[in-house]
Amino acid sequence: MTRQARAGLGFVLPVMIGTVLVLVIPTIGAALLSVTDFDIYALADIANLRFVGAGNYAELLRMPLFWRSVANTALFTAIGVPAAIATSLGVALLISSATVRWKPVWRVLLFAPYVTTLVATAVVWRYMFDRHNGLLNYALSLISIAPVDWLGDPRTSIPATLIFIVWKAFGYNMLVFIAALSTVPQELAEAARLDGAGAWARFRHVTLPAIGPALLLAAVLSVANFIQIFTEPYVMTHGGPAQSTVTVLYFMFDQGFTWWNLGMASAVAMIVFVVILLVTAVQARLGKRNEWW
Amino acid sequence: MVVSAGSLLRTALVALFALIAVLPLLWMVNVSLMAPGTAATFPPPFWPAHPTLANYRELLLPHPGGLTSYHILPALGNSAVLASLTTVLSLLLCVPAGYAFAKLRFWGRARMLQALLALAVVPAQVAMLPLFLMLKSVGLVNTYAGVLAPWLAGVYGVLFIRQATLAVPDEMLDAARIDGASEARIFLSVVLPLLRPVVVTLALFAFLASWSDFLWPLIAITDQQHYTLPVALAAISREHGGDTELMMSGAVVTTLPVLLLFLALQRYYFTGILGGSIKG
Repeated sequence: MTRQARAGLGFVLPVMIGTVLVLVIPTIGAALLSVTDFDIYALADIANLRFVGAGNYAELLRMPLFWRSVANTALFTAIGVPAAIATSLGVALLISSATVRWKPVWRVLLFAPYVTTLVATAVVWRYMFDRHNGLLNYALSLISIAPVDWLGDPRTSIPATLIFIVWKAFGYNMLVFIAALSTVPQELAEAARLDGAGAWARFRHVTLPAIGPALLLAAVLSVANFIQIFTEPYVMTHGGPAQSTVTVLYFMFDQGFTWWNLGMASAVAMIVFVVILLVTAVQARLGKRNEWW
Repeated sequence: MVVSAGSLLRTALVALFALIAVLPLLWMVNVSLMAPGTAATFPPPFWPAHPTLANYRELLLPHPGGLTSYHILPALGNSAVLASLTTVLSLLLCVPAGYAFAKLRFWGRARMLQALLALAVVPAQVAMLPLFLMLKSVGLVNTYAGVLAPWLAGVYGVLFIRQATLAVPDEMLDAARIDGASEARIFLSVVLPLLRPVVVTLALFAFLASWSDFLWPLIAITDQQHYTLPVALAAISREHGGDTELMMSGAVVTTLPVLLLFLALQRYYFTGILGGSIKG
């Protein structure tokens, strides 16, 4: 073995061993665990462990709360992804126009929510959403809208949580879009303007094709992130009211660490895993078809 | 220079969005400085009438003989130690490996790199339940080592460093080899100085991610003395949710350190998100 080969292996082995230990083995473990009835009795004595095949999966499909969590997560994703992408893109377009001044200042301020600690700002927004003394209802009262029980009403709990999530997360994709927008050919936009193309036509035919790949990638990654919502309902609503914010991962955590049904929780984890894989596959397919990356 | 109306309007609109973005953070700081019980009135006050540090004292100072203890000070210590250890661990594991994958020839390089790329799609939550059981069986639940364990996997860190290292010219490494430098010497004296900006970026990302991490510490720590700040804050919020001013001071203590760190190192942060080049 050459010196270079020895050094190379020495440099990568620690992280490869670590990755196998804390990622590969546990992921295989999750698949195995999901076909057992691992629960608090097995936790006490492993002799109580039984193989149940697809039993956990079959039972999940019969549990109303599991379906509720799937529906809630789907709703979070279906409203949240377009809302988040539109906010990021809107602000990016605005800040990218050549005539806006003091851009670095705005960029830092707009990005600040993204770097804050999720639990801390979730606590802050719980009070922003307060029915009696929250800033949001105060702002609404200024335009004569009756107070809304944002986090206490099952009809508004998901939209309210989404307002917080979009506020927290839009900065990341905003940065990505600002970078993508800087690649839009200015001569082309100028030529279109001289040809009499309106703002929308220029956006549709000049800007959009240039940022299309970034937009699609951001959308797919957002879907994956929204499927994994956990902390927001845990801190802001505890899954309520009336289980309206129980997400799939919240359900998994509850099964696993409140009820110690680790077999059942692992089955949920595997389902999430497969869905994320499918989303990633769609992304790869779309990218290949359009020869973007 | 003539300022057009359109320019002014757009700037004002961007400023409005920026205001909406920072308003909750400003409000958090303001309320944390209000006297206990004064925030919960209508209309909600935005600025503290009589700024006070009472909430911070209540939260951070020990209460001799008192019943309530929020464990925020130990949590602050735990978070600081864990985030620092995570940063060191990530750098030690990922920087040499990222460099090796970019520049060194060795057996199995392509296959190992492919494996890492494939692992990037595994959601961290999938591994958490079995990892908890593994740590429990070796007695590492409720220890720093247990909280650090997931960071032994360095998928993103390695790929990030590798991408940045590809830009290092091979001629520099070959020249050092001809001069008789050992591979370790080349890495330490030739490559590391060039990689300094991306190493800072990775360190920053690791520190922030560890500091703000929630689900794993929530699982791996079950005893109050070992809580990290986000876990402690979530627990206090479940018990003392009514004390708005106190909760806001807890939120400030939890998030201000990372916010300041970001402001100080924002250049590294932004280049990191945008793909990480090794331009200084």
